[in-house]
Formats: sequence, structure tokens, C-alpha cells
Amino acid sequence: MPVYSKKVMDHFMNPRNVGEIENPDGVGEVGNPVCGDMMTFYIKVKDDRLEDVKFKTFGCGAAIAVSSMVSEMAKGKTLEEAMKITPRSVADELEGLPKQKFHCSNLGAQALNKAIKDYLSKKKKGGNK
Amino acid sequence: MRKVYLDNAATTPLLPEVREAMLPYLGDVFGNPSSLHDWGDGAREAVASAREQVAALIGANADEMIFTGSGTESNNFAVKGLALAQQNKGKHVAVSAIEHFSVLHSARTLAKWGFEVSEIPVDKYGVVNPDDLRRSLRKDTVLVSVMHANGEVGTIEPIQELARITRERNIPFHTDAVATAGTTPVKVVELGIDALSLAGNQFYGPKGVGALWIRKGVRIMPLLDGGIQEEGRRAGTENVPAIVGLGKAAELAKIHMTDRIKRLTPLRDRLLKELPGRIERVVVTGHPQNRLPGHASFCVEFIEGESMLMLLNSRGIAVSSGSACTSRALKASHVLIAMGLSHEIAQGSVLFTLGIDNTDEDIDYVLEAMPPIVDRLRQMSPLYAKFSKTVKGGK
Repeated sequence: MPVYSKKVMDHFMNPRNVGEIENPDGVGEVGNPVCGDMMTFYIKVKDDRLEDVKFKTFGCGAAIAVSSMVSEMAKGKTLEEAMKITPRSVADELEGLPKQKFHCSNLGAQALNKAIKDYLSKKKKGGNK
Repeated sequence: MRKVYLDNAATTPLLPEVREAMLPYLGDVFGNPSSLHDWGDGAREAVASAREQVAALIGANADEMIFTGSGTESNNFAVKGLALAQQNKGKHVAVSAIEHFSVLHSARTLAKWGFEVSEIPVDKYGVVNPDDLRRSLRKDTVLVSVMHANGEVGTIEPIQELARITRERNIPFHTDAVATAGTTPVKVVELGIDALSLAGNQFYGPKGVGALWIRKGVRIMPLLDGGIQEEGRRAGTENVPAIVGLGKAAELAKIHMTDRIKRLTPLRDRLLKELPGRIERVVVTGHPQNRLPGHASFCVEFIEGESMLMLLNSRGIAVSSGSACTSRALKASHVLIAMGLSHEIAQGSVLFTLGIDNTDEDIDYVLEAMPPIVDRLRQMSPLYAKFSKTVKGGK
């Protein structure tokens, strides 16, 4: 019996939106190599919508699949909608994650959240957006 | 797709000759070795001859061998059983920091039972320095356990030298030889030890069977109480087919050991030499020379072991990793950390453990498959991005 669902394997083998965005509107980094997983999300915002989402991830199969899924779920959404993505909804979209992977590898929503907050705080400070 | 199994440290396949030897005991010869009738006789004889075969593999006497259910059980039995049998003399045990969990956690259980435990450090190759063993000994030390070779990094320990130190002080010495018995020459008398663990599924025998050798005269407390199987030291009806398989595997290992080592060593050396030649920032873990014949282990920087393992699997290649994400406990390998590697580097652990079926073509295939997999994961890795920007300057 495989450890990962078909959906997880699909996102791990063919991850969507891998990379960095040049001059991103927001960046969110979570995790560290000691705990095993590290994710950086980059976002581009237009009219309060996530025009582009990209990520880089150091970690296990689950961490990579989670990042890919979050990027796909978030792209095109309004900031408000994207903030509602949770570890639970990501795991559900992936048709489940192994129990021991749920907490440590499921950092994608948190990283996206951080990137959005980064954007909002820059905007507040009177950035160019 | 080509299939290449390089995870023989997890388990070796069962040799057809071993399976053949076991079959009668899964069929007509079903008796209980403790029974006095004809049915019992057949089973009893089979267990006795397996005992001779396993003893011969390690140069021991048959009546010093105790069959167990696994290498893990042998280690639990040795560590707890030897310490408990001597607790009137003292309550201190010393084990190396890179022991298998079946030794390390047994020692921790002893600590809960009122013993004190010292962990002997290792150097960057995973070798226990005799001086460090000396420093960890006390007047009340009643047991030392250091593995013969480490299954994660392949390093072979200087057991002879270490056991000489404990012998002078009359402290029993146990070695976990699960990685070596049946693979490299192991002679208990030459090693100068008092107890040794081995397991069948490490040298083409069945799973679910192991053995503990204890030098005659060394006292051990049984962990399983019940009938008087194994001279009363390990109760429970014997797993006759598995014991027969272990015996047959031991016999074949003894006959073919030199040939197997001759075949495996050059394949291992190709991996150790050529993989770091093809991929930048790869470190060999464990001792560069003094290591198990079929064992090549590495840490690949900036990426994580489980994702490497999964991508290799998608190319038909089976390997292991000591990364935190691979372990169910989600902790980086205690072996790599004890050797002084950072958590970050330990995450990139990958190990190839070769078996007698592997060929030069398998190694060619791995050497070809590995670099694009590493490259692909590095393109995704924020750590590699940082490295490229800072160290490589630009790009």
C-alpha cells in the first residue's frame, strides 16, 4: 500500500508553479532545515487578487506536494479568499496526508499567509502598490 | 523499466535454496520440537542442525546460540538480560552513540529501571575511539555494547581493540553484529567478546528470526518466561521454518562470503568514487575505507532524502535515507548527528546497500539516474537558491 495518495504523488512528480518571482509583491518563508521542511512563497498581486504564486521548497514528498497544491489553490483568488486556505483544506484537496506528515510538512498555507501579510504590511507602509 | 534493489540493509531477498530448505517445515514436518514423539523428533533435529550451522558461521559452539525472533530481540535480550543478571555488581552500562535503536532504547529502558547509561561518542567517521570507551567506564559498569558495523554509514568498529579494554576489567562486552554476521568474517573468539546479535534477513535468510550468541559462563536474565525452550533462556515454541532458513542462509554465507565480498566491493567503490564526481556538494558518510563491502552512503546538500528516495523509486531504484522526513519519528538520523553533521546536511542522507544480485550495469544506471534527480530537487530548493546566490555569486 503506497504511503501517499495518487493526488500527492501527482503534485510531487509534477509540481505546479515552482520557482521565484522577480520583484515579488510579497514573500513568506516558514520552517527550517532542522525540522525537515522549509518553504518560501512568492506572490504577485493585482487588484487584490493573486495574479501569480510561485514557491521553492526543501523537504519531503509531502512538503513538495503541499506547496504545489497551495500555489494552485491560491492562484487567481482574492487575498481574502486565499487567506482562508488552511492546512486542513490543503490536505483534503490532496486526498489526505499520512498522519505523521500532517503537521510538519503541511506548512504551505502558513507560508502563503505570511507572503500575503508581507504584501499587506508593505502596502500599509505606503509602498508602490 | 529497470528495477534495481539497493536497500539490502533494510532486508535482503530470500535465496531460493533457503526457501527450499524451509518448505518441508511449512508442510509435513510441522511438529513441535519440544514433543517427545516422532513429529517432535523431525522438528527437533532441524533446529539442532540449524544451531550448528549458525554457530559455525561465527566460530562459536552450538550450545552457546539462542534463537530469537529478530536482531531487535537479540539486542533487547543482550542489553537488558546481561545488565539485569549482574545488577548486584553495579548499575552502569555504556553503549555507543550510534547504536541501533534496539540497543539504544533498551539502554534507555534500563535507565528507567534505575541503571545509569553512558553514551560513548564517535568521531566524524562514526568510529568509537578506545580512549573514549576507557573514559566512559566506571567501577560499577556491568555491560558495554558497541556495534560491529553501523548499518546507516557502513563504518566497521575496532571491536577487538575495544573488547580488550573491557576484558581487562571483567566487564561483559556485547556487539550488535546484525550488519556484519553473514556478510563479513565474524569470529567471536578473535573478537574477544561475550555476546553477539545477528539476524537472518541481513544475509538472504528469512525475516522474523535472529540469534544471540553468549559465551559459556556469562549470565543472562531471560526476558521471556514460559517453557524451557533454548535451555530456558528464551521461552516460546520455536519458529522452526525460519530457524531452518537462518541455518541454511548461514551455511551458504560461510561458503560464499569471500566471493560475495569480491563482487560487492568494486561496485561499492564505484558508487563512492563516481557519485561525488558527477554531483557537486555530495559528502560520503562513514569511514572511507573501513566499511561494509556493499555499503555506500552519502549526504547530498540542499535537498532532502525522502524526496530523493521517491524520485529514485520512480526510476525503479530502491534506496534508504536517514532524513527526518523518512523516519516515522521525524528526527534526523542520530548516527549522522553523533558524527557531527549538521541537521541541514543530515537531511540529504541517502544510502545504497548492495546485494549479491547487483551488477555493474545497475551501478551505471544509478549513476545516470541520480544527477538529474538531484538537479530537479535543487531547482526547487530555497537552500540551493541561497547557495547559488551567495557562494557562486550571481546566477
